[in-house]
Amino acid sequence: MKRLLCPANGYRNISEFTYGGEYRLEPVNSSERDWADFVYFDDNAAGIVFEWWYHTATSYWFVAQRNTVSDEIIRTYTVAEFESIERDR
Amino acid sequence: MPFDLIKNGLRSASARKPHFSSARDLKKHYDVVIIGAGGHGAAIAYYLAKYHGITDVAVLDKAYLGGGNTARNTAVIRSNYLTEEGIKFYRDSLSLFANLSNEFSYNVMFEQRGQLTLAHSDAAIRNFRWRAEMNSHFGVRSRLLDRAEIRELVPSLSMNESARFPIVGGLWHADGATARHDAVVWGYMRGACERGVELHQLTEVQGIDISDGAVQSVQTNRGRVGCKIAVQAVAGCSSLLAQMAGIRLPIKTFPLQAMVTQPYKPLLVPLVSSPHLHVYVQQTSRGEFVIGGGSDDYPLYNTRSTLEQKESLADGTLELFPFLAQAKILRQWAGITDMTPDYSPIMGPSPIKNYYLDAGWGTWGFKATPICGQTMAQLIATGVTPDLIRPFDLERFYRFQALDETGATAASH
Ligand SMILES: Cc1cc2nc3c(=O)[nH]c(=O)nc-3n(C[C@H](O)[C@H](O)[C@H](O)COP(=O)(O)OP(=O)(O)OC[C@H]3O[C@@H](n4cnc5c(N)ncnc54)[C@H](O)[C@@H]3O)c2cc1C
Repeated sequence: MKRLLCPANGYRNISEFTYGGEYRLEPVNSSERDWADFVYFDDNAAGIVFEWWYHTATSYWFVAQRNTVSDEIIRTYTVAEFESIERDR
Repeated sequence: MPFDLIKNGLRSASARKPHFSSARDLKKHYDVVIIGAGGHGAAIAYYLAKYHGITDVAVLDKAYLGGGNTARNTAVIRSNYLTEEGIKFYRDSLSLFANLSNEFSYNVMFEQRGQLTLAHSDAAIRNFRWRAEMNSHFGVRSRLLDRAEIRELVPSLSMNESARFPIVGGLWHADGATARHDAVVWGYMRGACERGVELHQLTEVQGIDISDGAVQSVQTNRGRVGCKIAVQAVAGCSSLLAQMAGIRLPIKTFPLQAMVTQPYKPLLVPLVSSPHLHVYVQQTSRGEFVIGGGSDDYPLYNTRSTLEQKESLADGTLELFPFLAQAKILRQWAGITDMTPDYSPIMGPSPIKNYYLDAGWGTWGFKATPICGQTMAQLIATGVTPDLIRPFDLERFYRFQALDETGATAASH
C-alpha cells in the first residue's frame, strides 16, 4: 500500500488518511459568485498540486505536495511550515 | 442483419465495408468540431447529422474511437434517480436505448433485466421509499422489496442474517438494463460517418483559440482547425479542455476501477448493487461477473489499478455471492471520471460563445449517451437549450441550485 509521511505521525498507510481538497484561501469580502467558486469549483490540475490532507485517526490536518499524474506524494508540510513558505512566495 | 450473416458467412472474401470514415487530411475549417470520440461525442455527431442536416462536422480524439470511459464502463443503465430533473432526463435516455438496435440496424445487445439496489440499514430503506415515490410519480418503475421478495428474485444472493451487514430490503427497478458499450459508440459513429461526418483519431486538441469572447479554432497535433462551434465531450479530461478555453469547472477527476471474473453458466439475471458495501455485481451475457464499486479516495489522472480497491470489491462481492470465492479474476482496469459535487452532469452553454460543455459524467454517464447526444445536438443546431437539460447548466452552481443525486448514485452508477 502507498504510504504517506504525516508530519505528526510519520509514515502511515494512505488508507489512514482523508483527502481534504485543493489548498486555497477563503475568499474575503467577496461576492456570492466568489463564494460559489470557492465552494464548488476546482483547478483539477494534471501535475504538481498542493492539497489538504487529514490523518483520520488523530484528527490531524496538514498540506501535501502531490503529482496528480504519476500518483506520487512529493512532500508534506505542517500547516505552519506551509503558510510561512506561502507568505515568502 | 441476420441475412447478412448467412450471406457473408458463405462467401470466401468478406463483403463488409469499413464502418468509419477512413483517415484523411483534416480540413481547414468545419461547422462543428466535437472534441472527444467517446459515446457522447459520437452521439452528438449522429443526431446533428440525422435531425439537423449538419454534416460538416469533425470528431477529434487524441486516442481512438470509444477508448475512454465508454470502453471501461460497466454498462449499468437505469433511471431510478432522486431529483425530478434527473429522473426525467435518464428516463428519456432509457427509452432511446430500448430502440437503439433498430435505429442503427446494429445490435447493441440492450437487455432490460432489472436492477436491484440493496438496503442494509433503516436509513437506506427511507431513502429507497423516497426514490420509489419520486420514480413512480414520473413514470419510472421502481418499488420497495422485502427480504422474501428479494430471495425469490435473486436466489443466488446470500440472505444470511448473521452477515456483517444483513440485507434488510431492496429497491427494485424493473426498467434497469444493460447494453454492449462498444456497440453503442460504434453504432453512433457509423451512422454519423454514413451521413458525412469525419472521425479523426490520434488528433489531440492542445489549445483553443478565442477572440471577441467566441471560439474561433482549435489547435491540434495535426495543425489548427477553424470552427463555427466547438463542443467538448472528454469525460475525465473535462477540466483540462475547459482550462484551454479559460473556463473553470466544478469537477474533480477520480479513478474508478472495475474487474471481471472467468465465465460461468447464466445464473444471475438482474443487476445487483449494494451502496453500503460499495460494490455492484452483474453477469454479462457471456457469463462473466462484472464487479464495480465506488471511486478511488483521492483525485488522479491515471488509470492505474490498486490491490486495495480490488480487495474491497472482492470483499463486498463475497458477502453478497459467497459462491464466487473460487472465481478467478480475468481482467481489471480503471477509467478517470469527472466527478461533480452534486453527482449530476454539466450540459449546455459555457462562458465562451459557441463553445459548449458536455461534462461532469463521473461514474454515471454511459446511460445518458443517447439523450445527451440528442439534446446537445439540438442545442448546437438551434442555439436554444432544450428544457430537459436546462437545469444542468454550469450556471446552476452560481445560482446555488445543485441537483443532488449523491444518494441515488454512489456505488450504483
Ligand atoms: C470503471 C467505470 C465504470 C463505469 N460504469 C458506468 C455504468 O455502469 N453506467 C454508466 O452510466 N456510466 C458508467 N461509467 C461512466 C461512463 O463510462 C462515462 O460517464 C461515459 O462513458 C462518458 O462518455 P464520454 O463519451 O463523455 O467520455 P469517454 O468515453 O471517456 O470519451 C472521451 C474521449 O475524449 C478523448 N480526449 C480526452 N482529451 C482529449 C483531447 N485533449 N483531445 C482530443 N480528445 C481527447 C479521450 O481519448 C476519450 O476517447 C463508468 C466509468 C468507469 C471508468
